[in-house]
Amino acid sequence: MIEVQEITKQYGEKVVLDKVGLQFHKGKVTSLIGSNGAGKSTLLSVISRLLSQDGGVVMVDEKNVTEYKNRMLAQRLSILKQSNHVRLKLTVRELVSFGRFPYSQDKLTKEDMMKVDRAIDFLNLRAIEHAYIDELSGGQKQRAYMAMVVAQDTEYILLDEPLNNLDMKHSVQTMKMMRQLADELGKTIIVVLHDINFASHYSDYIVALKDGKVIYHDTTDNIIREDVLKDVFGVRVKICEFDHKRICNYF
Amino acid sequence: MEKKINIRRNLWIALLLMMASGALFLFYNLGSSWEFALRLRGFKVVAILVVAGCVAFSSVAFQTLTNNRILTPSIMGFESLYLLIQTVIVYLYSDQTYRVLSSIDNFLVSVAGMIGFSFLLYLLIYKKGKDNLYLLLLVGIILGTLFSSLSSFMQLLIDPNDFFIVQGKMFATFNKINNKLLWPSLVVMTATLLIGFRMTRYLDVLALGRDQAINLGLDYNRVVKIFLVIIAVLVSVSTALVGPITFLGLLVTNLTYELFRTHKHHLLIAACIMVSATALLIGQFLMERVFNLSIPLSAIINMVGGFYFIYLLLRVKKL
Repeated sequence: MIEVQEITKQYGEKVVLDKVGLQFHKGKVTSLIGSNGAGKSTLLSVISRLLSQDGGVVMVDEKNVTEYKNRMLAQRLSILKQSNHVRLKLTVRELVSFGRFPYSQDKLTKEDMMKVDRAIDFLNLRAIEHAYIDELSGGQKQRAYMAMVVAQDTEYILLDEPLNNLDMKHSVQTMKMMRQLADELGKTIIVVLHDINFASHYSDYIVALKDGKVIYHDTTDNIIREDVLKDVFGVRVKICEFDHKRICNYF
Repeated sequence: MEKKINIRRNLWIALLLMMASGALFLFYNLGSSWEFALRLRGFKVVAILVVAGCVAFSSVAFQTLTNNRILTPSIMGFESLYLLIQTVIVYLYSDQTYRVLSSIDNFLVSVAGMIGFSFLLYLLIYKKGKDNLYLLLLVGIILGTLFSSLSSFMQLLIDPNDFFIVQGKMFATFNKINNKLLWPSLVVMTATLLIGFRMTRYLDVLALGRDQAINLGLDYNRVVKIFLVIIAVLVSVSTALVGPITFLGLLVTNLTYELFRTHKHHLLIAACIMVSATALLIGQFLMERVFNLSIPLSAIINMVGGFYFIYLLLRVKKL
């Protein structure tokens, strides 16, 4: 389980995270929502040690992340951020193989190869596995990076706005894949989302942040309510039920 | 799979080219006192290999660390510091320079100065907890400019005759290397490269960017620091041996990336060493035999490099 206690982060005078305490449920998809600047991405970066916090601790499986060896932590927790613009001459398969680096470094074993193959199939990349990533479309590139994370095969997967730059079809595919990872492989997924309807449709739990504080943390059904969302985003939202899923209309 | 064969084939071609240019340089028009000439040329070949190893590894590693293909380690102010040290020495001892300070002393002072400077720079920046590579580069650029200005100022003050001593140090040359310096340089370079080559797999990961490197379990700050130290040692050795030559880095790295389309750094660096050695051997050959020492080596390499870049610009439209 991932647990954060009293996480504080500030840039100069501006407090971005204000004593955030949370527990993320194992094997579930938890979405982080909130307006711009609420601290969602910062929180995700702190949990994944890309950013060091000014106070508080991050616990992974009851152990402080600072006590982990980097390599061991990379076998438990992975993060995928946006803006992965690499100009390397790298094929999709080579990129996905990097997911095995925490285990075998650059000497891939048979098991590693198998996991790489599985990840490639999982994201439907077989047809382009030998294509160079700098020649792919945005959606394909995103899938290639996702496959790398899948090959990394960590218990916890953190995704920072994975739907950015994706069209409708690929957004839905990505979210379905996340569900699959949680439901079939038992992964714990924490994802920053901007689109409230995707959060409503695909997540088990939702954490709402506002001004660096957690203001709600509950099951999806308890968050996708008109009064709660008005509180989080400051926008009037109308909620309709459609196929047992709640859809928010805020236009 | 086809790609792998291509890279292996290109590596062989590069090796052959390097050996051919080496043989050409060694054996062309040996003359009657061939033993003497061969010995003299042999030293130059060793010096060229040392410099090629230093420039290739440091430039490729530096470009990967900074994720930038148009930077060379000279941006950190190594070369301007070297020139400042040389200027200060001449300023202090004027025409007594060579009597007071043997070339070995000079070599040691230069290497110690450059490595000491880089360590100080790293310490200052990392101690403040600002583990930011770009801040380091920025401070390096500013200090480099400061060193250059100081050198220019002191060069104005020294006697015009003494200035020629400094001027001789401003351009890289293989013509007046002290043989006694060659072996220590070779040992340091080989040892550093051996350590460096054991770590090239980290460069492969670092090339994916900081976030991915951390995600994949690299102790980012530690690995970057180690590479910065390796780069400092290599640049210092090659600069103290032949003078400022990292301009070569820009040309040979980009040529290597163009010819060897791989992300594996052990292949890239090995290829880059061969490309650098070939470029230097041919450049030195042209300078000695065709232009009769009338133009400096850097002029030849810069000219060829310039033409190559124009060709690249015309051909690919985007770099």
